[in-house]
Amino acid sequence: MAVKVQTQRFDTGAEIEALVADRRHIGAVTSFTGYVRDFSSESGVIAMTLEHYPGMTERMLEKIEAEARERWDLVDALIIHRYGRMTVGEPIVLVVTASSHRQAAFESCAFLMDWLKTKAPFWKCEEKADGAKIWVDARESDDAAAARWGASS
Amino acid sequence: MTTVLYFAWLRAKIGVGREEIDPPPDVVTVADLIGWLSSRSHGHAEAFSDVSCVRAAIDQEFVDLDAPVRSGAEVAFFPPVTGG
Repeated sequence: MAVKVQTQRFDTGAEIEALVADRRHIGAVTSFTGYVRDFSSESGVIAMTLEHYPGMTERMLEKIEAEARERWDLVDALIIHRYGRMTVGEPIVLVVTASSHRQAAFESCAFLMDWLKTKAPFWKCEEKADGAKIWVDARESDDAAAARWGASS
Repeated sequence: MTTVLYFAWLRAKIGVGREEIDPPPDVVTVADLIGWLSSRSHGHAEAFSDVSCVRAAIDQEFVDLDAPVRSGAEVAFFPPVTGG
């Protein structure tokens, strides 16, 4: 079980292989990778800077991961979230869940992303080609996605 | 003394990410603290002009605006989170 908050790029395939290596109980792995796209609130976005709250970020991600372990029978889980400046096409976030069976892996991966999006203290600031910087607004649809999993156990 | 941290557009509007403050005794809750901070500068007033867009944490745990603030706490203000 690991939580990493870092500026460096990560390689989804290499992370999954390292997590699965020699773990004979793992029958299913689900992963989610989030990327910087060229528009979100505005079009013409060239880059994005992610700010976070050092200390609280790690604490919240560890809590969210512990909650997933309470709810599903997981062999392992990994959360990597980057901060700092990233250009379009770069990966921002990776969630990997490993279990004996697919259902726990699928569901816990979706849960981790939904909770992370509403509880981990990160903020996106988009950068346009003309230098304009726009803070991204939170979405109500993210709150609804997180709410479907209920409150903390 | 209380440490106050600001993130994202709150930090940009206020101009600093961290302040050490010593609020008067009638500042009891997070909402009281927002009211007192708002009087400190134009930037503070602007950052806190719509508290429905402001979230708070005390000692790195989310709290509601009616939560009490004790001296020595780390209080953080920020917009709703947008990671992932």
